[in-house]
Amino acid sequence: MVAKEKILLQMKDISIEFPGVKALKVVNFTAEAGKAHAVVGANGAGKSTLMKILSGAYNHYTGQIFMKEELMHITSPKAAKEKGIQVVYQEVDTTIVPYLSVAENILLDEIANGMEKKFFINWKSIYKKAEEVLKVLNINIPVKKLAEELTLAEKQMVLIARAISNQCKFLILDEPTAPLSNNETEELFKVVKDLKSKNVGIIFISHRLPELFEICDEVTVLRDGEFVISKEIKDITQNKIVEYMLGKSFNQSFEKRNFVSKENILKIENLRDKHKLKDINFHANKGEILGIAGLVGAGKTELCNAIFGASEQVTGDVFLRGKNIKIKSPSDAVKNKIALIPEERRKEGILTEESIAVNISSTDLNKFSKTLGFLNLKKEKEISLEIIRKLQIKATNVNQKVALLSGGNQQKVVVGKWLHTDAEILIFDEPTKGVDVGAKEDIFKLIRDLADQGRTVIYASCEMSELLGITDRIYTIYDGKIVKELKTDETNEEELLFYSTGGH
Amino acid sequence: MSINNNVQTVNREKSNFQVFDFLYKYGTLITIVLLLIVFGTAEKNFFQPGNIVNILRSISIVTIIAIGVTISLTVGGFDLSVGSTASIANAVIISLFVWHKQGTFLAIIIALLIAAVIGAINSFLIVKIKIPDMLLTLATMFIFQGVALTYTKGATISQNMVMPDGNFSEGQLTEAFIKIGQVPWIIIIMMVIVILVHVFLNKTKHGRYMYVIGGNKEAARLSGIPVNKYKVFAYMLSAIFAAIGGIILASRVQTAEINAGAPYLMDAVAAAYIGLSVGGAGKPNAFGTFAGSVLMGILQNGLVMLSVPYYSMDIVKGVVLTFALALTYWKKK
Repeated sequence: MVAKEKILLQMKDISIEFPGVKALKVVNFTAEAGKAHAVVGANGAGKSTLMKILSGAYNHYTGQIFMKEELMHITSPKAAKEKGIQVVYQEVDTTIVPYLSVAENILLDEIANGMEKKFFINWKSIYKKAEEVLKVLNINIPVKKLAEELTLAEKQMVLIARAISNQCKFLILDEPTAPLSNNETEELFKVVKDLKSKNVGIIFISHRLPELFEICDEVTVLRDGEFVISKEIKDITQNKIVEYMLGKSFNQSFEKRNFVSKENILKIENLRDKHKLKDINFHANKGEILGIAGLVGAGKTELCNAIFGASEQVTGDVFLRGKNIKIKSPSDAVKNKIALIPEERRKEGILTEESIAVNISSTDLNKFSKTLGFLNLKKEKEISLEIIRKLQIKATNVNQKVALLSGGNQQKVVVGKWLHTDAEILIFDEPTKGVDVGAKEDIFKLIRDLADQGRTVIYASCEMSELLGITDRIYTIYDGKIVKELKTDETNEEELLFYSTGGH
Repeated sequence: MSINNNVQTVNREKSNFQVFDFLYKYGTLITIVLLLIVFGTAEKNFFQPGNIVNILRSISIVTIIAIGVTISLTVGGFDLSVGSTASIANAVIISLFVWHKQGTFLAIIIALLIAAVIGAINSFLIVKIKIPDMLLTLATMFIFQGVALTYTKGATISQNMVMPDGNFSEGQLTEAFIKIGQVPWIIIIMMVIVILVHVFLNKTKHGRYMYVIGGNKEAARLSGIPVNKYKVFAYMLSAIFAAIGGIILASRVQTAEINAGAPYLMDAVAAAYIGLSVGGAGKPNAFGTFAGSVLMGILQNGLVMLSVPYYSMDIVKGVVLTFALALTYWKKK
């Protein structure tokens, strides 16, 4: 075998700022061709930002990037590609053209940019080139097949093939295994190993720690935008990585709640959905704050939506106060006194162009209606004012458009619209996402009040410290399955993160 | 110095914005007033009471059909098949009188029931099969137009027409039915519909739910609102108002011409879109649609008086619709 050329990719003293946040602080990162290098960190640690800089998506960073000791000016995705740095993003569907063939998708860059003065496409050569690329990767997909007929894993392979068809020294794989089944993951790893042997450097971003040990040679840990450590993977354990990801665990101050009720209100058995969830079993008690801990892509949102009847093809049994009920739509859920505060509040939670009052009353207009369905606008205003006061929503009046409120205040409106209803089970999906510290405190207080009133709160989040502070009991979810039930008093952040990253 | 400059640009931007906002809110009303002044000075007969009534009468069918379009817009939909639905209602009701000698009440009920079926077909395909509103109603527009043509065998239905057996038809339109299309009833019906629909959309929970669905379908769904039920309801209403338009048209011209309802589609869509902005509502509303319809009516009436030929009228109407759309989408930008 020919001796491989040793190529180093070095990122030195990389810093970047976004309005109000220092996303990366003097980060150093080195990858080597022919090896797979894992980049790990909790949510918000800066992994994606670092990779976006490397692939040219951001150009306002400071610091230098070298390849083979040569300074590179990467200021656009095109520049990065020309230097041989290719990316395959997690959302494959955004970069695949569904009604073109596999061959066209693989050679898209060439068709788009390499045509020069030619007018007609040379189909023969396209199919031939595509076949060659696939052969190099040992992938078996017919090149004339339409991309829309491919499975998710095959689409990913096509994108990897596209990256390889260009000049490719380093390939960034952003959470590539998240949507794949075990078999598909095996296939992917075969390709990755193949690429390694062809002296391509793989930069591998993943939340799933066990698989890093299978495929990667080195690992770099980031935390809060800072470089923590870089090590050979054989010199480190999964527990150690979790420790580095967390650093010194700083505890936010939370009041202790003395929770006693054992009255079972909700019981879920063998819940599964079409894509993500597998055999979910859990129960929630009256007045309890129940945490669902999981990282991005673990299936938290899917679980919340499945309970709420907002996703299709859900099977399994739901028992409410011991009675087996069928929830086929959100409307059924609301009738059964279940409420959902969704993660994507601008897209799913609020009516931006409407007033606070209209938003708040939208969950139960019967309450604000008189005979013949006429609205009682006076009552709507009174109750809205009451909720604004209670949640300390910063607004000039009840008729203010919700679009003009800050993120935290919008979130309060999303929560507020359920307060006047008689909802007994409230599902919060990442309620503190994009919310400032002050508003967070208000939301925590509110959630605690709700539980004290005897309502049940299901709190799904990837923020382990917040889960520890607010909940009474936690289920950790990983890859669509509940892996562990934990008492909040008896666990810690490390343990939560350990189970959330696939430990067992 | 630079600070001063900044302040100035900010102010200028702000005042630009305010001017645009003002025009957006009151543009339609200002245009109506301007048109009245222009036509009033150019043509002294314009302000004759007879002409005012004439304008109101001429816009009533458009307004009623446009109210249907407005309702489909409130749930974030769009009904392009209203013109064809009006054609069907027109053909059916005239045929019931002329061919089948039915009474006024029964004829109207049957025409409205058929409209309800049309609305149900549209909404089933939109809600269950999930075909995008505009494409589906474009397709059904042709289907229903064809159905109307086939039903009348491609011919005009009128009183005393020659039947296939060679005899003259014997059925007649009833007195009561003919009254519907005459002043003052035609104007009264229009005003009652506008007011009722306005109250329904703004003062009842059903109207509110429809606006919530139009504002953010996903948020509406996750708030537990039965989105599909209201969409079906909206398309049924849309078809029924189109049919009412067709029935009044039948009463006014007393025949069923082929494709009689088709020309009303563009005017109705234009009226509904002009109406979006009226009084700063920013969403489909019945009074706005009425104002939009008035604007179109005055424009048409005035241009006819000024001897603009009928065959050029579509240019003007198309430009007005384009302008209304530009205003709506530029505002959203």
